[in-house]
Amino acid sequence: MSKQPTRVTVNGKSYARVVDARLTLADFLRHEINLTGTHLGCEHGVCGACTVLVDGQSARSCLMFAVQANNCEVTTVEGLAPDGKLSVLQQAFIDNHGLQCGFCTPGMLITLTELLREKPEPSEQDVREALTGNLCRCTGYAGIVKAALDAAQRLRGGAAAAGS
Amino acid sequence: MKPAPFDYHAPRQLNEATELLAKLPNAKILAGGQSLVPMMNFRYVIADHLVDLGGLQELRGIAVADGHLRIGAMTRQRDLEFSADIAKHCPLMSEALQHVGHRQTRNRGTIGGSLAQADPAAELPAICAAYDATIHVASVRGMRQVGYRDFTTGFMSTALQSDEMIAAVDLPIWPASHGHGFHEFARRHGDFALAGAAALLDIGADNVVRKAALTLFGVNALPLRVDAAETRLTGQRLDASAIRTAAASAWLIEPISDIHASGEYRRHLAQVLSLRALNDAARRAGVQA
Repeated sequence: MSKQPTRVTVNGKSYARVVDARLTLADFLRHEINLTGTHLGCEHGVCGACTVLVDGQSARSCLMFAVQANNCEVTTVEGLAPDGKLSVLQQAFIDNHGLQCGFCTPGMLITLTELLREKPEPSEQDVREALTGNLCRCTGYAGIVKAALDAAQRLRGGAAAAGS
Repeated sequence: MKPAPFDYHAPRQLNEATELLAKLPNAKILAGGQSLVPMMNFRYVIADHLVDLGGLQELRGIAVADGHLRIGAMTRQRDLEFSADIAKHCPLMSEALQHVGHRQTRNRGTIGGSLAQADPAAELPAICAAYDATIHVASVRGMRQVGYRDFTTGFMSTALQSDEMIAAVDLPIWPASHGHGFHEFARRHGDFALAGAAALLDIGADNVVRKAALTLFGVNALPLRVDAAETRLTGQRLDASAIRTAAASAWLIEPISDIHASGEYRRHLAQVLSLRALNDAARRAGVQA
């Protein structure tokens, strides 16, 4: 029973594997199906780099076993740009200098994708609070917050924030 | 940073789960996994068996009945956060949930898991202490009810036996006119608090306090009810001086010192946060103190 048959739909594609029960969802994504966009920073649920959507809700993939995601739908950062076309949020990150080294970016994008879906008009405080679960050591968060607010505005159909 | 191997069990019903817990040696219960899995990744916890309660739909949900809220142990913290019933009947919990971890952990974390983990700085155990919650504990021997004061037995310790699990939590509903207040201090939003205070006030005619509950957390091994403050407030006419005196009772606690804060600092925080929580509770109960 330490080996478990597991079927997970990732970015719309179904994957069936027999996995060790102790395999985390993060390692499943990276090593079993070779989606290395999900990054592992701390492996104990502090940094948020490994954040993915599980059935539409953000979760730390280092704190879930792959078997727990059996029959679930997972969205990783690769799923945000299915045909290589960047999402509005991803483009806003580029335009607003929302990343430097890029290690935390997959988790940031997933968390903010969930936030913008739930709250199309977030305040700066909403954005900062959502990001408390994601650590960035490069940017000081200013560019990321700006990118999130800019993306929210673009998604609502407004023009891009001036001076960004 | 990989957990040691274990056998995985995914029961679909409560009796299956309790039978597994009775039978399996060195088994751990996996609820939301937001505390257990980090400890497993560090190998602080090495379990031979993991019993995953994720498939037990019967343990999820919030119901209102007979003057109390019944919350299934596997109800996610995010579900509590967005519950209209919780917001209406137990607004103190809604407010406290804003401070529980981060959205990514609240999406997975459960109320039963929080209570079983019993971290002294955690918000949900403090809320259960504030309401004198009743914990429904399941095992192959049946269901037993434990009051929250008896449920916590020490630092991160509970009255749960190794073959027992939390099935549900009952919170008594206070009168609709009651007021609540919740304040905590943490270095960063979402961190465990250095200290926190939760206040409930039920106020009758002439602003006389019918019932009061003041709970501190993060200051000691267990969430702490400030009995002295509650006794002082009950039957008193509520005004600024009564609130100040009650909050000052927090001075009586003997908080822990650790690398995060000294006991003296925690005692200071306990008083300041008690005052803020009681003031909020008074204001929400319609008293301008």
